[in-house]
Amino acid sequence: MRFYEYESRRIVESAGIPVTEYGFCRTADEARAAAERIGGPTVIKSQVLTGGRMKAGGVKFADSPEEAASHAEEILQLEISGHMPVGVLVDPKAEVEQEYYAAVLWDGRAKRPMMLFSDMGGIDIEEVAEQHPDHVGRGHLSNLHPVPDFRAKEVVAAAGGLTGRELTRATPILARLAQLQRDYDMTLAEINPLARLSDGSFVALDAHMEMEDEAVPRQTKKLAKLEIEVDEPRELYEPSDFERNVKAIDEADHRGVIQGKDHGFDGNLGLVIGAGGGSLTLTDAVRSQGGRPANYAEIGGNPSVAKAKGLAMEVLKKEGVEKIAVMMSIVSNTRVDIVARGVIKACLALGKDPAETITVFRIPGAWEEEGAKILGKYGIEFKDRSTSMWEAAGEAVQKVQGAG
Amino acid sequence: MSILLGEDFTFIVQGITGREAVNLTKECLDYGSKVVGGVTPGRKGREVHGVPVFDTVAQAVDNHGSEIDGSVVTVPPAFTKDAVIESIENGIKLIVVVTERIPRRDVAEMVELANLRGARIIGPNCLGLIVPGVCKMGGIGGPASDAAKAYERGRIGVMSRSGGMTTEISSTLTAAGLGVSTAISIGGDAIIGSTYAELMPLYEEDEETEAIVIYTEPGGRMEAELVDWREQSGSRLPIVAFMAGKFMDEEEMKGMSFGHAGTIVEGAEDSATEKIKRLEDAGIPVVERIDEIPGAVKEKLGVAA
Repeated sequence: MRFYEYESRRIVESAGIPVTEYGFCRTADEARAAAERIGGPTVIKSQVLTGGRMKAGGVKFADSPEEAASHAEEILQLEISGHMPVGVLVDPKAEVEQEYYAAVLWDGRAKRPMMLFSDMGGIDIEEVAEQHPDHVGRGHLSNLHPVPDFRAKEVVAAAGGLTGRELTRATPILARLAQLQRDYDMTLAEINPLARLSDGSFVALDAHMEMEDEAVPRQTKKLAKLEIEVDEPRELYEPSDFERNVKAIDEADHRGVIQGKDHGFDGNLGLVIGAGGGSLTLTDAVRSQGGRPANYAEIGGNPSVAKAKGLAMEVLKKEGVEKIAVMMSIVSNTRVDIVARGVIKACLALGKDPAETITVFRIPGAWEEEGAKILGKYGIEFKDRSTSMWEAAGEAVQKVQGAG
Repeated sequence: MSILLGEDFTFIVQGITGREAVNLTKECLDYGSKVVGGVTPGRKGREVHGVPVFDTVAQAVDNHGSEIDGSVVTVPPAFTKDAVIESIENGIKLIVVVTERIPRRDVAEMVELANLRGARIIGPNCLGLIVPGVCKMGGIGGPASDAAKAYERGRIGVMSRSGGMTTEISSTLTAAGLGVSTAISIGGDAIIGSTYAELMPLYEEDEETEAIVIYTEPGGRMEAELVDWREQSGSRLPIVAFMAGKFMDEEEMKGMSFGHAGTIVEGAEDSATEKIKRLEDAGIPVVERIDEIPGAVKEKLGVAA
């Protein structure tokens, strides 16, 4: 799950990492009050879950509370890449001596969290790592021990040879960030830039947090204490009607799992496919043979007839869908006959001839004899494991193109 | 020979009274596996298909009278870490974690502890492993009769990030007369107990295994690790790979997750294209179709197709 900048700020603050005196505001009046409280020049930033704010005019500088209010007014109504802001962040324009980079993220290969620190902050860390590797310190953490301060110290010391007060002040910040990453199940906890101000103190000027989706349920209470609500969808894009409907059908019935996505798909061949790896394989096989999928789908865990029917109906109702392909890798849990019943019912409910609409039915495995019988009654050929996934996909593509 | 499992391999099922676990237990028993106990807190004294149920792993070990080799963990995500640690601390050395949607921190913690204790974790989010005709540990291949249809004893080791595709690929190898030595559904998450490279040394020592087939997906760095291991070890085993999810390389799919929790592309190196290049550069052919796998394996083995 992604967080707005102001939410990341609250999380960082709660972990004992110093931040600027900031204000999250939903109205221009609140922005004026925040600027008054902060005093001096401020920067007003749009709170959207998308990049490119600066370019789009979503970040503006103000010298007075009045100016802060008028900027806020404007920014609050500014849509950025299809997203309306949930508010603005009012921040003091800090007097920065130097910028640093601090992050803790998962290293999947080591299966441990990794700390990163650099004395060249504010810019793209991958670029720094490539061009100035001696300015990036790295170190892994054990998953079993408490976060040791000395590890953080080692990482800071390895970043361009930092020492003195810089080292002693930056070390606890990195250690607290590591604790935060663990406590909040973050896949990424990044402070960039971490700034040293003219008085020698360090503050997190900007933070980027990403929480692992699987961990959100156990973090909800902690987030609520920071007044961070997790009920709003935080997708990269707005879900389509198809995606919303499939999700609703899935949630209404606990038996089995169906998923559907159609972001980036606009073809004429509806896919009623499964399971996880099978769906990836089949989507590729359709595309590689010149087919144009209308959607991505996953069937798994032995869904009910109603659920299979629901998915097939949603796929068939999509604009531009002429026919569907019902295909899965060999199933051992999901029952072939249940999926067969579901897709036939979907065709009938929409007044379509199943034999015309279903280009191919290839699901070998559990209850396949029963499945074949049901399909036979409606004139649909059942394909078992002797037809490969590639061949099944190819046949579906041919049939839908022949119909075109 | 085979890896990890054998004729006398014993295991328990943690969470045995759950619906899926009851099915899984029956499937394994029917296949001939030695399921010597089950654990569900508060259900001591019951039986699941004749398998005694206990409150704790320690009781199951006591009842068995000697060390138990393995455990299949099917408890809900919030309790999985504790269940796995309970097994590890009771001397169990092979733990298959079936549960999906476990936060990464929990997985990493149990894997690190397993390493310290000389135990091995397969999964999470996997269907387990099978040595055809000998032992099936987990839901892999489904009911015994279905598993028998897809898995025949043979010479190829299979490792797959997708449980279903483990069976699809094995079935293809079986139909081609190559058969399977040991097939492992390694799990689809970003962090798993045993990666390709971590399992390769076992296959390397297994005389029955003559080649390896892997099924992989975008996300993670497991292929790079495999390539590195192969270069360092001078392995005798040819590998054939299949990569699913090439469509995820399309620009509009960036940042989206399909299939498994681990299949989210976080950087250029995670993409299907990058992985295919890396594998092929290392002499590991990546076939476009599942039905091309047997041919590619035979070519590597120097036998007629």
